[in-house]
Amino acid sequence: MITASEYTFKILRYDVKESEIEPYFESYRIKVIPGLTILAVLLRIRDEIDGTLSFRSSCRSAVCGSCAMVINGKIDLACRTQVATFGSNTIILEPLPNFEIIKDLVVDMTPFWNMYEKVKPYLIRKSPDPEKEIQQSEEERKRIDQFVNCILCASCYGACPVLARDPEYIGPAALAKLERFALDSRDERAAAELEEINNDKGVWGCDMVLRCIDACPKDVRPTDSIVGLRKKLLKYKLFGKGKR
Amino acid sequence: MLYHDVLIIGGGLAGPRAAVGLCDKYNVGLLSKVYPIRSHSIAAQGGINAALANNPNGKDDTWEKHAFDTIKGSDYLSDQHAVEIMCKEAIKIVYEMEHWGCPFSRFPDGSIAQRPFGGAGYPRTCYSADLTGHVLLNTLNERATAKGVKFYPEWFVIALVTDGGQCHGVIAFDLKNGEIVPIRAKATLFATGGYGRVYFYSTNALINTGSGIGIAYKAGVPLKDMEFVQFHPTTLIGTNILMTEACRGEGGYLTNKDGERFMKRYVPSAMELAPRDIVSRSIQTEIDEGRGLEHPLGKYINLDIRHLGAQKILERLPSIRNICIDFIGIDPILEPIPIMPCQHYSMGGIDTNEKCETDIKGFYGAGECACVSVHGANRLGGNSLLETIAFGKLASFVIDEYLQNGEIKLDERLLMSKKEEMEKRIHKLIHEGNEKPYKILADLSKTMSAYVGIFRKKEELEQAVKNIAEVKERYKNVHVTSTKLHMNHELINAIELEYMLEVAHTIALGAYLREESRGAHFRRDFNTRNDADWLKHTIAKIGKDGEPVISSKKVVITNYQPMERKY
Repeated sequence: MITASEYTFKILRYDVKESEIEPYFESYRIKVIPGLTILAVLLRIRDEIDGTLSFRSSCRSAVCGSCAMVINGKIDLACRTQVATFGSNTIILEPLPNFEIIKDLVVDMTPFWNMYEKVKPYLIRKSPDPEKEIQQSEEERKRIDQFVNCILCASCYGACPVLARDPEYIGPAALAKLERFALDSRDERAAAELEEINNDKGVWGCDMVLRCIDACPKDVRPTDSIVGLRKKLLKYKLFGKGKR
Repeated sequence: MLYHDVLIIGGGLAGPRAAVGLCDKYNVGLLSKVYPIRSHSIAAQGGINAALANNPNGKDDTWEKHAFDTIKGSDYLSDQHAVEIMCKEAIKIVYEMEHWGCPFSRFPDGSIAQRPFGGAGYPRTCYSADLTGHVLLNTLNERATAKGVKFYPEWFVIALVTDGGQCHGVIAFDLKNGEIVPIRAKATLFATGGYGRVYFYSTNALINTGSGIGIAYKAGVPLKDMEFVQFHPTTLIGTNILMTEACRGEGGYLTNKDGERFMKRYVPSAMELAPRDIVSRSIQTEIDEGRGLEHPLGKYINLDIRHLGAQKILERLPSIRNICIDFIGIDPILEPIPIMPCQHYSMGGIDTNEKCETDIKGFYGAGECACVSVHGANRLGGNSLLETIAFGKLASFVIDEYLQNGEIKLDERLLMSKKEEMEKRIHKLIHEGNEKPYKILADLSKTMSAYVGIFRKKEELEQAVKNIAEVKERYKNVHVTSTKLHMNHELINAIELEYMLEVAHTIALGAYLREESRGAHFRRDFNTRNDADWLKHTIAKIGKDGEPVISSKKVVITNYQPMERKY
């Protein structure tokens, strides 16, 4: 027999269009059966209790990255977090840190995408394309695996202590994306093109406290990418130009 | 009022592919109701079909064989010239995506890896572990970023503006600012995806409401073959998250409560790799006849991949494993996965020809929202990702040709009056009525899952049409709580609901009228295919009284004469 327990959800409310009202927590009491996710409860609250509540969602299966938020102090995707895992009947929900709030749990992602665009997040080739595929060994393919997994949910961006004090820091997701291409055996970007991130707004800004790794719902380790890029830049400095 | 030469609606695979093909030459705008990378294409797991002949067991594969498998799989309802275009283009498309950086899984010789999928005579499904949609969508987003495509993220189209057979643009809703904005365009392409959420049990993202299909329909564009709804055999019980066909492609078994691999009773030659319609019906039959298992979340069948071993599962199906752990607390390396079949894909949609053109000049459709038709009565796994990119690309050529040929006159007054009409409608949603949108949706989607499902019959379909008429009546009284227009998701839900009701109506009515069984459409009361009367497309068009008017259209046959579909 499955029994429902009563939970209190404290959700941060704020509206940028009514910025004279300070952010505040609103409480919703709702009965939840085990197995339900935070997103399922949020949808129920919006449908049945309060149609004014704003949050993002799309895939509800931890692949699209829409619903990243702070759940009882920890950043995660609401869709893959079960309500019953907290050992407490109070759940506190807040929007991702390091972003401006638009409304409630919805933040303005513009700076995140600006950083993404900055690293030239696409394969750069100088050689002409072959008729068939560009050969790539399984080994080479595996090297980029973990960075390919990134769903751009911005959990790492929200968790980053450097971004908290310096909004001009490029951030973990963009650097992981850059390393995804820099490591790709098919990519031919010149080592000089990495100069853009060879500064304290780029790879040297990272504090190496690994909060991005902790926050990532997809087991990506942005810090690995930062270490990799730093090594590439040092190698470039020591051994001169050439490819990476 | 905004202006673009070309407006593309939808951020999945078809939309960005078309945008990439047009943005060098034209002023292109791409609207997506979510950030484009959150589109449902991201969730596709298994792969994309192309006769590359890379697999050692498929060295003599050709695009013609791919076309035959697709046509046979479609139960001969697909338009064969369109299938041929797609299968021929498939090879170029996979190479093109690879050249743009798509990280496909590889064979030891460095070529793109391919695996077997249901209904295909050759192992021709190219993949990237079980994240194929994710890598393809990222690659196209990267390409669009490189080319500087103008995106409008979180802009939701609420109406299409047409007049006398010409499309003038759309009325869009900017979610962030809460503004209603008319956008004028010489060419408009809908790539708005499927309608899974009109069903209660669906593998689809929450955003897959089919509103694009409904918007086109309300603007007078005919819909085609709406009764053909694909039910995926293997979806996780409870959440109905998809367990990719690759689970079976890699060698997974389906077993009932007696531990029996029951597919041997239905399709001994293909077993678990029979086409989806057949496997779905087999699973449902096992459950209906009492050979399923019981779980607090429902009756189920086991999808067992344990014998593949931890290494293969971690390599080829890593996200399947994570989904099972996160969403049902089961590690498929150690335990079988509890699955049930449910709604997965819409074969039908906006009626387009093989060039993505509709009845309305300047209005095009591509991807799941469109019915070209390449999937006919049943889509083979690995063909949907292919369709999106193939016809997204083709649409870019066709639109280019259209824009080069002659003057296109756009009427701004039409857009302004449509804008006013939409403003009034939204004002009414906010200020009048007492029906909650979520309740109406629940009643609609439960009706669809119960009565327009895997097995259908006359009385149930009649009941469905009747229920839909009732919820449509109730919708007139729908009410939204929040008076604010920005980031008002309840309002978006309410607007979409109107279109969902229309889409559901055409599905149920089409299923009611089609008195035969073909592909995914299975009638218990007419359980064989009837080519003499029904080898034709169903066309649904909105009538003057707002009710659907159903007619038919010939199926295009080129090289493959219909024969009995045996596996």
